[in-house]
Amino acid sequence: MTLSRRGLLQAGAGVVSLASTSRAARADAPIKIGFLTVKTGPLAAGGIQMEQGMNLFLKQRGGKLAGRDVQLIVADTAGSPATTRTKTQELVERDKVDVLIGPLAAFEALAIADYIEAQKMPTLGVAAAEDLTQRHASPWFARATSSSGQCAHVMAYYAATELKYKRMAIIGDDFAYGHEQNAAFLRVFEDNGGHVVQKLWPPLNAPDYGTYISQIKSDVDGVFMSFAGSNGFRFTQAYAEYGLAGKIPLIGGMTAMDEAILQQTGDDAIGIITANWYSAELDNAANKEFAAGMRKDYKVDPGYYSAGPAVAGAILEAAIKSVGDVSDRAALMHAIRTNVVDGTIRGPVKFDDKGQAIANVYIRRVEKKGGRIVNTVIKTYPNVSQFWTYPEAAFLADPVYSRDWPPAKFLEN
Amino acid sequence: MTGRVWLGWALVILALVAIPVVISSSFYLGIVTHALILAILALSLNVLIGHAGMTSLGHAVYLGIPAYAVAWLSTQAGWGPIQSIIVAMVLGTATSAFFGILALRASGLGFLMITLALGQVMWGIAYRWVDLTGGDNGIRLDHRPVLLGFDFTGAVPFYGLVATALVVALFCLWQLDRSPYGACLRGTRDQPRRMRMLGHDVWRIRYLAFITSGFWGSVAGVLYCYDYTYVSPQALSLPQSAEALLMVVLGGAGTLAGPVLGAIIITVIKTVVSSYVDRWYSLLGLTFIVVVMLMPRGIVPGVRAWVGGRRA
Amino acid sequence: MQFWIVQSLNSLAMGGLLFLLSAGFSLIFGLLRIPNLAHGALFMLGAYLGATLLGLQVNFWLAALLAGVGVGLLGVVLEAGLLRRLAGNEQGQVLVTLGVAFIIADLCLMTWGGDPMPLPAPRALRPPVFIAGFAFPGYRLAVLGVALVGALLLWLLLERTRLGAMIRAGVDDRLMARSVGIRVSLLFSAVFFLGAALAGFGGVIGGPILSAYPGLDADMLPLALVVVILGGVGSLPGALVGSFIIGAIYNFGSALFPDFAYVLLFLPMVIVLVVKPTGLFGRVLR
Repeated sequence: MTLSRRGLLQAGAGVVSLASTSRAARADAPIKIGFLTVKTGPLAAGGIQMEQGMNLFLKQRGGKLAGRDVQLIVADTAGSPATTRTKTQELVERDKVDVLIGPLAAFEALAIADYIEAQKMPTLGVAAAEDLTQRHASPWFARATSSSGQCAHVMAYYAATELKYKRMAIIGDDFAYGHEQNAAFLRVFEDNGGHVVQKLWPPLNAPDYGTYISQIKSDVDGVFMSFAGSNGFRFTQAYAEYGLAGKIPLIGGMTAMDEAILQQTGDDAIGIITANWYSAELDNAANKEFAAGMRKDYKVDPGYYSAGPAVAGAILEAAIKSVGDVSDRAALMHAIRTNVVDGTIRGPVKFDDKGQAIANVYIRRVEKKGGRIVNTVIKTYPNVSQFWTYPEAAFLADPVYSRDWPPAKFLEN
Repeated sequence: MTGRVWLGWALVILALVAIPVVISSSFYLGIVTHALILAILALSLNVLIGHAGMTSLGHAVYLGIPAYAVAWLSTQAGWGPIQSIIVAMVLGTATSAFFGILALRASGLGFLMITLALGQVMWGIAYRWVDLTGGDNGIRLDHRPVLLGFDFTGAVPFYGLVATALVVALFCLWQLDRSPYGACLRGTRDQPRRMRMLGHDVWRIRYLAFITSGFWGSVAGVLYCYDYTYVSPQALSLPQSAEALLMVVLGGAGTLAGPVLGAIIITVIKTVVSSYVDRWYSLLGLTFIVVVMLMPRGIVPGVRAWVGGRRA
Repeated sequence: MQFWIVQSLNSLAMGGLLFLLSAGFSLIFGLLRIPNLAHGALFMLGAYLGATLLGLQVNFWLAALLAGVGVGLLGVVLEAGLLRRLAGNEQGQVLVTLGVAFIIADLCLMTWGGDPMPLPAPRALRPPVFIAGFAFPGYRLAVLGVALVGALLLWLLLERTRLGAMIRAGVDDRLMARSVGIRVSLLFSAVFFLGAALAGFGGVIGGPILSAYPGLDADMLPLALVVVILGGVGSLPGALVGSFIIGAIYNFGSALFPDFAYVLLFLPMVIVLVVKPTGLFGRVLR
């Protein structure tokens, strides 16, 4: 007995379905949002905040977007690319969602990229990987937050032109997110007259930063750090313990001094300047409401992870208002990527032709305000593109930002 | 007894054929496919744990290395699927041949530690050698392969491929267990000194088992890569190795059905149950504890004993 | 020159921390033959308990002791309730400790949330110490001191007390120890208490350097494994020497061979195991 190809296909054509949840698409049916986040495992810190931000955003709209009810279906990707793919399939095929928000990590987004493409599922991503909106951009993907390099470009420009640093050391986690941020910083910093004289790469799971801090050259004007999560807080703490805090200024990438870890870092953080697409202190109307809600419901300031879904939600809401009927996915995606949305918590947002947001990037300094430690906005750069001031075609012709590209020409031993 | 054995095999094949008929949802069929691929991995690890009595915590290496080989050859070198699969299988098996020489320097807990350390070294290399492996971003395949005229993009054809591989693996490993070599292997597990005294080359017997487990693990690795059309260092990680170990021990080491059952249970908890239960991770831990306490030798031997004293 | 001094101090400080992490693991592994895969989770639990106690303004050293005792008691419950019933089934014991690790990790996430929790060092130890013209964190030197004192106390316990003699007898030859009349099962519980308490205590002492965060258990467990394998199972001097060697490999290796950072710790482990499978100080256990 052989299983012929035809036999398999005929069997597959199916007779009885075991578990199907099909619902006819009606104009008044709730809009289903598939939410990919990390609820278990080491990345759970960011994922939990994402869920808080998403829930608050919907709660502040009475569970409706553009007048229609919203059903939020949350999936735990556990920080595993395999699980992310399975959960995405579940959201798309079993739960029949209309749009996806998430996932959190770059490798998760890469694991589902071809699937979203094949399924034509509108996806509002928050993972920062550069190529998701550059060399491997998809018409079905849009990112309302920023790419890894987008804010690092700005930080470098500020460091070179306003802080007037000439010699810097850069340090970051030794994985793609750290590579991309540091590369972006190096490029703009050196194109504006600075020299990066030292690059340090602690492993992502380094137990201790002492050995790296001890290697930092004593004659640099500043150190740029691109850590994420608890690493930023631990590094800053150790930096102070080794006596460098007052002596060599520390500046950071978009997640290095996230609101989530500001209170823990305490006084060690004061004075640190970072560049991010968001700050809890932004005083536009949308953010005032959002930040107040986060403080009330979750007793924390919103940061990178909780703000991301809220921005994505605002983009989605504007798109639904434009199209009305979400069952036409192509139209919905087109609306997402072509609308100019003014009222998001990060400020006005529009998208470039690769699906990446062009919006404000804020320079923030950590300050103590009324007994709390906050990221005060000290400068705003409007309409920042993911390509900075470089022409898009030339930018894309270069290799993607990585550990060794752009090459660091001024390293000293 | 022969009649009962043929009946058993017929039931297995019938079940595998019936699954895509009964489950028309491509999502759930996909989950079964994931589980069956991990079942092949668990079966390969079972050769070491169950038959040879050597517990390894680095088996994910045989999932990851062939997966990376297939991914890299398909995308970077532009090779066709048949060539990529052959090279991946050779590479995976060769790795086990090399690691076996290192790992068999010790036994028991030392063996466990060496396999763990080797696994961690391979993980570190995959993570750090970005030019080759893409680092933590991994390598993506554009699509599933077209082999021998079959396009395996659809859930059903790919399931068929995996189910076929599983049946072949089950059959080969079953025959291995029933063969004289299988008896020798069990002998080295239970009474290594006596086996030596009887003149058997215990090292060579164990080494062959190591290579066999590497070979079948590589089969799982190739299918794993095509299943997700994506590979990242997580495929080689310690949690992945631990998961494979748990599947074997949970289901019942030394049995044929045990690793398959363990793979299905753990996959179901991770993919299906996790959608309904927030604290599924605790549930997974609890499952291990409960099963080990109630059925110390695994579910399959435990159920057999419970059902009524048949040969365990 | 300064490079060598600083990295040596870093190595010593890290070695001290690693010793506090792995001493308990080595004891349990040596006497009970159980690689307690929940050890990292117990360490993390101690850190979280310490963070909570410190948040309540409890004295640092008292918090460390309390956390240690608390985790130690949990260890006894584990040993008596679960592991003892699986005596002889080593595979099962490993699986159970892994299951417990999952549960502890998940419950910590549920209780304390996803954000990292700092453990502030005692105020007196916070200012940096100036050595040869550069600043070195005062607290890290204190950790080294605590580790050395702890090692001394443990050595005294093992070498100079009856309990210690019984433990050593049990590690050397369990069957013989039983036949001489040693209450081995009570001993097991005592050792598991001690091992788990050391883990919890270590979590708090290490807290000002590591802090308490989800994933601490997974980051720490491989380090404990590496130290114990290198130093030899069940050997306390081995754990001490192993800790300092690993501290040195990590610190100097990260500085001199940054490209190998991800395999720095496990490559030496492979080499040691292939050459001398019982570790530097271990003996073949019976």
